[in-house]
Order: sequence, then C-alpha cells, then structure tokens
Amino acid sequence: MIYLDSSATSFLKPPQVAEAVCRAFLTVGNAGRGAHAATLGASRMIFDTREKLARLFHIKDPARICLTSNATESLNIAIHGLIGAGDHVITTACEHNSVLRPLYVKEREGAGLSILPADEKGRILYEKMEAYRRPDTKAVVITHASNLTGNVTDLSRVAAFTRKYGLLLILDASQTAGSVSIDVEAMGIDVLCFTGHKGLLGPQGTGGIYVREGIEVSPLKVGGSGVHSFDKVHPADMPTALEAGTLNGHGIAGLNAALDFLEETGIGAIHAKEDALARSFAEGVSKIPQVVLYGDMEAELRAPIVSLNIGGMDSATVSDILWEDYEICVRAGAHCAPLMHQALGTVEQGAVRFSFSYFNTEEDVAAAIDAVRKIAEE
Amino acid sequence: MREKKRYMVLSFHSTTEAMSFEKQCMDNQIPGRLIPIPREITAGCGLAWRIPAGEYPLCQQKIRDLQMRYQAVTELLL
Repeated sequence: MIYLDSSATSFLKPPQVAEAVCRAFLTVGNAGRGAHAATLGASRMIFDTREKLARLFHIKDPARICLTSNATESLNIAIHGLIGAGDHVITTACEHNSVLRPLYVKEREGAGLSILPADEKGRILYEKMEAYRRPDTKAVVITHASNLTGNVTDLSRVAAFTRKYGLLLILDASQTAGSVSIDVEAMGIDVLCFTGHKGLLGPQGTGGIYVREGIEVSPLKVGGSGVHSFDKVHPADMPTALEAGTLNGHGIAGLNAALDFLEETGIGAIHAKEDALARSFAEGVSKIPQVVLYGDMEAELRAPIVSLNIGGMDSATVSDILWEDYEICVRAGAHCAPLMHQALGTVEQGAVRFSFSYFNTEEDVAAAIDAVRKIAEE
Repeated sequence: MREKKRYMVLSFHSTTEAMSFEKQCMDNQIPGRLIPIPREITAGCGLAWRIPAGEYPLCQQKIRDLQMRYQAVTELLL
C-alpha cells in the first residue's frame, strides 16, 4: 500500500508514537486530579507536551496552550469564544468547513461575515481586505494553507492588515503545523488552532489552541477541572479555562513522542523532503496531457498537497481505481472545502488529492505518477 | 500517631503552574515535593508544593530570583 493521504491524517508515523500511547495506557492516571504517582505522571507528561509545543510554535508561556481533541474543536472554541453577535469577521474562500460552519452559526446569530474570494488558482485576493473592513470588524479567521490546493497564505500580508487595525488574527494551522515553520510572535498570530494527528504526527483525538496573553476566550464547554470544585463557575486561569473534562492523556503521550521526533528531525528538514516529493509528483503528472492541476504550483512556499483531475473523470472514480488497481490511498471529492471548489470550478467533479509525508519515498511518487498516466491512457 | 512538622506550602493557580514550579525546583535543587492541597488552603489548584519550614528562607530567595510563579504561601503543621 502507498499512503498519499497525509493531509487527512498521518497514517505514517514514527514507531515511538504508538509505543508511547501503549506505555501511557499502562502507566498514566488522570492529569490534575490528585497527587499520587499515576496522576502526577500524567500531569508531568502533559506539561512536557505543552513545553514542546511552545518551543515548536515559539510561544513564550506554555500555559497559553490548551489541549483539545482536534483543530475543529479549537476553531469552535476560538470562533464561539471571541466573536459576538455585533462583530464582523473576514475569512476566505480557501477555508475548510471547520472554519466556515462555526462562522455561519455566528452569522445566523447576528455577526457580520465577509469572505475574501480566490482566483482560479486558489490564490486569495488579499487586495480586497481593506475594502471588506468595517468599523465593527473584530477578526480575520484564515487558513495557513488550503487543504485542497496546498497554497500557503501570505501571513505577513494578513498580519500587517490585522496589526494596522488592531484586529485578531485567528489561524487555522491544520495543514501546516509540523510541516511548515510557525512563529506566533514573528507572524503576528493571536490565536493558533492546530490538530495533533496530521503534520504533528500524533494520534487522532489530539490538538490544541494557543491564545495570546491579554485575550480572553469564553469557554465552549465548562465542567470538571479538578480544582475549585465548590465554585459555580469554571476556573478562568489558562489553560484550565478551556480544558473542561479529562484530557486525552493517552493520545497526548503519543503526541509528546511525535514532538520529540519533530524536534530531532527539524521542521526545515521535514518541509524540504515533503516539498520535494510533492513537486516531483506535480512535475511528473503535469506532463500527462489529460491532467489538470489545481493551485499555485509556482509558489515558493507550498504545503505538500497536489490536487488534480484526469479529463472529465469523476474524482471518486479515479481515487477508487487508484486504490483497487494500484493500492494507492488518496482522497477524492469536496474535501470539506466548498468555496474553494467553487473558485476552482470543480464543484461537480471534485478533485483527487495526493498529499505527501516525510515518510513517503521517491518510489511512491514514481508509482503514483505511473498510475495516473495509465488511468489517463485508459 | 504520625508526628506533625512545620512546612511552607505554596499553592498554584493551575496544575500547569504546579508542573512548571516542580520542574524548576528539580532544575535548581529547591527541596520539597508536590502534595494534594491541604484543606486549610482554600485557594489554588489541587496541588501544592511543600517545603520543610526550616529550609524555606534559602529557597525563598531562589524562587524570587527565578521569578517562579505560584499563588500564595502558607505555613502549616502537616
């Protein structure tokens, strides 16, 4: 089997991730719920994970990182906790439904919503940001990279805009955390939402949200905190404020081990390899006459994603042939990115997405190019 | 019956703060250990750092110099 669906989840992981999860099953208790060895072991491991995440994203205070179950939960926390009925938000056509659907809820509740369009290559039309700004604009909620085209957002341009007008920059790093460098201070990110199971190479059911000091987010859920049990209100101290309920200690142990791997290997090295594989694949398939590629393939910085169609073939059919005849795993369809497909003109056909991992090889790429060529020649 | 001793007990705003405090103690040879927060202390998270009272004056300076975060300190017979 050749796994080229790492944008969906990192099926290919360093072996120490699974080992850490198994070890945690046998050793850790419930973090923050007591002072015996098992619970302290969980608390220490989770604190260590926060510190590693802080180093990865250049966050000064690890307590500003709350652990969640995925990027969708983090984005819901950010959007519901920061945007009120009287606020206006700017987002983009490149967003995943994990951004769009919470924003549509806010819109139904009375918030204003403006969506920056994208061109036929999926590039955001940044020049419209100024025109879309209103006196009640509170935030820009934006993806760091499209999960469909792999285009990386020009964050320096967006951050210059948010800084100029004192707006919040809420970043969806689902497709970049772990494979593209992120520095929250240098990049002007106020709220960073990430998942643990994609580029961070951790288990599913892990993720997090960073909230810059000075920003208070109303919690999406309240309840068990292990502390202040007689208070009727949930504690306001970070990270407890946004971590009601037992954390996924077993999953976080896996994420911790994955972060060790990322630290040892280096994000630069990971990005260089993934980028080389993706570009090699894009170059190979671009020579096949029936293949249409989507996205800004000439951009210097890209996420390791290549989406394509073969003539007028249904993307679902192509992906099914790739699996049935070639044992190649890819993702077809709409990829939870409806506005991006509208911009690319692929609403009916969908697209076949190939996404690459540090653990893929040039042989994988060659096999995938060969498979696409043979399908195109059928 | 277990003999009671005097301790300085430091409370924390959150478990995360307690974990950070413990790590800094380990790194800087500050004595003590984490305990469940005694009922005499009503503030803070479920954990506290306990230092024998006699050793506290030396620790206090280190804690201040390192700007280690905690919520409050209370002297208790435990």
